[in-house]
Amino acid sequence: MKKEELIVKDLKEIALETYEMVLENSFVSMTAKPGQFLHLQLDGHMLRRPISIASVDKEKNTVTILFKINGSGTKHLAGYQPGYVLNALGPAGNGFTLDSESSTILLIGGGIGVPPLYHLGKQLLDKQRKIISILGFQSKDYVFYEKEFQELGETHIVTNDGSYGTQGFVTDALKNIGDFDSYYSCGPIPMLRSVSSNLEHKNGYISLEERMGCGVGACFACVIPTDNNGGYRKICKDGPVFHHKEVSL
Amino acid sequence: MNPLHVELPGLSLKNPIMPASGCFGFGREYSEFYDLNKLGAIIMKAATGESRFGNQTPRVAETASGMLNAIGLQNPGVESILECEVPFLADYETPIIANIAGSSLEEYEHVARTFNQTGQVAALELNISCPNVKEGGIQFGTDPVMAARVTDRVKKASDLPVYVKLSPNVTDITAMAKAVESAGADGLSMINTLTGMQIHLPSRKPLLANKTGGLSGPAIKPVAIRMIYEVRQHVSIPIIGMGGITNAEDVLEFLLAGANAVAIGTANFQNPFVCPEIIEVLPAVLERYGFQSVQEVVGKGILT
Repeated sequence: MKKEELIVKDLKEIALETYEMVLENSFVSMTAKPGQFLHLQLDGHMLRRPISIASVDKEKNTVTILFKINGSGTKHLAGYQPGYVLNALGPAGNGFTLDSESSTILLIGGGIGVPPLYHLGKQLLDKQRKIISILGFQSKDYVFYEKEFQELGETHIVTNDGSYGTQGFVTDALKNIGDFDSYYSCGPIPMLRSVSSNLEHKNGYISLEERMGCGVGACFACVIPTDNNGGYRKICKDGPVFHHKEVSL
Repeated sequence: MNPLHVELPGLSLKNPIMPASGCFGFGREYSEFYDLNKLGAIIMKAATGESRFGNQTPRVAETASGMLNAIGLQNPGVESILECEVPFLADYETPIIANIAGSSLEEYEHVARTFNQTGQVAALELNISCPNVKEGGIQFGTDPVMAARVTDRVKKASDLPVYVKLSPNVTDITAMAKAVESAGADGLSMINTLTGMQIHLPSRKPLLANKTGGLSGPAIKPVAIRMIYEVRQHVSIPIIGMGGITNAEDVLEFLLAGANAVAIGTANFQNPFVCPEIIEVLPAVLERYGFQSVQEVVGKGILT
């Protein structure tokens, strides 16, 4: 991880309140692993914002991030036009462990938890794995990256209100898919809790979201318990990806 | 002669800049960004007698020009800190200040005694002002009699110089400062965070799991300056000033108000290099305002 400057190359709204931003920086594009994030500094904001990396292009030296407007920080971020220089700490955290045994992989993403799974899915496809994706969104207006995931493999879209794809939660779609060897999931904690209990006997990795302070492991703002005896992990430094049995959701 | 040199009880500092307790962990993370030998001193994250998990999350919230935190003194306990963290920092030529906390006089004494026995820390920062734990800390920090008592007991439990970290959440901070000075404090550390709260609109509830948290960052700088300015006129022991410092001009302001050295907290989160960057430009900033040394600035802002 370094403190790096990234140039905004492109910004577009790809779904309701959801933006895709392409940033240029060779160090980040060359070193980022799926599941890692950028801790972005925003003008007029005391705390940086952790945003997952959705994909990298090593030839163009770019990195793509996706974010949803969720408060003043992300609203500010959506205002940065091409040419603007952003400052980030990154690539931060530990990414997904690529399981060498598994041949069929299930990706389960919820809302703005979908982006890091795309970076992962692309790498897994390069390694000849079969990929099945279940992506959950609030409603039709929030759906993004359906086509991108279809290029990786079989993709199921779920919306909470049924306005697109299957109605329900990502866990409702589990019965519609065939067998798989391991899963990777990212989304809100209640979703991860449900995924992890539904797939208790499967090998799986989850990526967690939390409000962060320093983003480097020094301030203890984003911890998650591992048990009831005071054990913990730091989400920013030890995670954000954990084996589903490593942390207590 | 080094114009940034500062001599304080137990601390010979190559410069007056140190990361504040709780904002720098035990140094490892920031050692990946720069050489910790550049720092004047390092104030470690608070140590308690036993390990503490701290509060539930969310533990931080952003505010205008600042942030709220309610970590809750999470730490692995004094024994583990001495075994696993202090040796790493002891390899640097930068004095270590141990921040100590507790929920009883006996716990404060135990932690102080344990650090004293190792000979690896240069001073203690007595944390009587953490607003984020239910027992201990703050009750010692809001009552001058209690503050004096814990200072006296910790002084007797160890040979190390003791800097008492004062809470701004009091009516009369001068009374607190005078009480701990009379009880034998070697210095003051001020200010800790101001208690605050933020309500999360979508959930209609306090955002922090602990409900309240400590406000830090540039938002509290004027409060810190005012309190140091007042206290400086009533005590003679040195003051490590802190509260919202983000640049070398802020450091100068703290020195003018009466601080002898400063600590930098929240700004590390925004810019991990903030401490070495300030150290780098401090001589030029001193010169721009007509000073040759840090020593010369202390308290010059006080009108008599």
